[in-house]
Amino acid sequence: MNRMVRKWLILTILVIAVIIPLVVTNKYYMNILIMSGIWSIVALSLNLILGYTGQVNLAHGAFFGIGAYASALMMLKLNMNFWLVLPLAAAIAGFFGFLIGLPALRTRGSYFAIGTLCFNIIVTLIVDRWEGLTEGARGLMGIPGPSPIPLPWGGEITFKTMAAQYYLVLCFLLLTIFVLRRIIQSLVGRTFRAIRGNEELAEAVGIQPMRTKILSFTVSCFFAGIGGVLYASYIGFLSPEITDYHVSFDSLIYVMIGGVGTIVGPIIGTLLIVTIPETLHIAAEFRLLLYGLILIVMIIYLPRGIVGGLKSLKERKRKQEVSWEQS
Amino acid sequence: MGAILTIQGLTRFFGGLAAVMDLSFQVQSGEILSLIGPNGAGKTTVFNLITGTLLPTQGKVLFQDHEITGLRPYKTTTLGVARTFQTTSLFYDETVIDNLIVSYRCRTHMGFWDALIHTSRSREDERRCRQKAEEILEFIGLMERASELARNIPQESQKRLALGLALVTEPKLLLLDEPVGGLTEEENIGMMALIQKVRTRGITILLIEHKMKIVMNISDRIVVLNYGQKIAEGAPQEVGSNSAVIEAYLGAGYAET
Repeated sequence: MNRMVRKWLILTILVIAVIIPLVVTNKYYMNILIMSGIWSIVALSLNLILGYTGQVNLAHGAFFGIGAYASALMMLKLNMNFWLVLPLAAAIAGFFGFLIGLPALRTRGSYFAIGTLCFNIIVTLIVDRWEGLTEGARGLMGIPGPSPIPLPWGGEITFKTMAAQYYLVLCFLLLTIFVLRRIIQSLVGRTFRAIRGNEELAEAVGIQPMRTKILSFTVSCFFAGIGGVLYASYIGFLSPEITDYHVSFDSLIYVMIGGVGTIVGPIIGTLLIVTIPETLHIAAEFRLLLYGLILIVMIIYLPRGIVGGLKSLKERKRKQEVSWEQS
Repeated sequence: MGAILTIQGLTRFFGGLAAVMDLSFQVQSGEILSLIGPNGAGKTTVFNLITGTLLPTQGKVLFQDHEITGLRPYKTTTLGVARTFQTTSLFYDETVIDNLIVSYRCRTHMGFWDALIHTSRSREDERRCRQKAEEILEFIGLMERASELARNIPQESQKRLALGLALVTEPKLLLLDEPVGGLTEEENIGMMALIQKVRTRGITILLIEHKMKIVMNISDRIVVLNYGQKIAEGAPQEVGSNSAVIEAYLGAGYAET
């Protein structure tokens, strides 16, 4: 019964997601939706290491930026095809995650958070100063959009319209959800959660902590990289700010508000935080103030985020029913 | 028979303090050996040294004639040495059965790509994990609590589950750190029966326990530590009447009477 409801709910959301571009023609709203999709991918990937593995990674902006810059440079300087660049750039982001993870994941708790934050600042500095490669503060301009996909019966799929860009991002969002879900629900995902729950015990029952954490971190950075590539090709312009720790904190906020350690949480968090201030036309300075306020309230009253809060509400209700039946 | 675990000249300093000093003893295959001693005698440190949580300053640990000194804990567990912790350690936010399933991971081989592609190996491994978890659940008597969160079950059940987590890794040697600590008299009896039942599975047990009644009842042999050194070793009756042991526990005045 519950399963059926769930199935239909997911199906309905999917159908709505697919028909949105047919209904919404306003470019401004489409832009918000596309950006929400990209940030959802980033938030989802952060949630793998943060929510499921329990390591507070504050360098996600850097990996997002590495993916974005790597793809932009490959397309601009080497004239490579977008579809080749996409997996390559994501792999580069993943590889950086692996390299940074090797020393950083040896530390625990707040030390890991501080370590990754420092790494993020270093990356932004390098992107900013290495003008020969990245053009520094001037930024990279004219990054091409996704190359058209030729169809076997002639013609091709192009990505010139907003709707096409939207579908592209939607596809990758679904792919990200699919892959992360597969991992999370497998034995491998169980070991991630074991590390989050109690690293010492996890090691005592034979789980290799370093290997497990590095795997989670690498996959997480890979998908952050995919988010970066999509961003670069959609916006067409990159500057060092897109690699900096604001991006890390933004994605952290999306995950925290939506629900740490849940699959839909990061998406809901992203949708809310990206769309609401935009549609209400709240000025940027007030936005930060609002984020701070929301975050404080959330951490006090809903530490597991919106989805986590709903879940515990459901659990409480079930418990009440059980105790009624018993009495 | 023969020694399953041999400890030779094991020494560990914390700064200038010798927590364990030149300790040597053997655990015979199939026995229940208790490690006792006053608070701070270094019992848990010995466990940490055997499992690789701590590195010894000196000395060797041999498991089934292979040196395991300083191997990482996950490695010693895979080789067949499992442990429980003094403070009941569980994955508290997971259900009872999920606790057991993930603890069987070390006996499975599926990797990341298996998980991603959902290969037959991954399905087979997940099936094996569930089967093994259910078997252990039955064994420790927590079948009805399978789907409850570990944090919500009573303390006694948590202690059983902690033992189950060690058992599910298929150990040959089990290190139990105060398995009945904090339990009532009645619960002690159930726990003791469980430990006896573990032994009948052919698992050797090294036990740390403070409750003397249990130690005297359950142990084949006892090793007594005081200030990190072995002061006595032998059958329960021998150790119980040993004057050095009485002195360590009760003070010099009692030893003479």
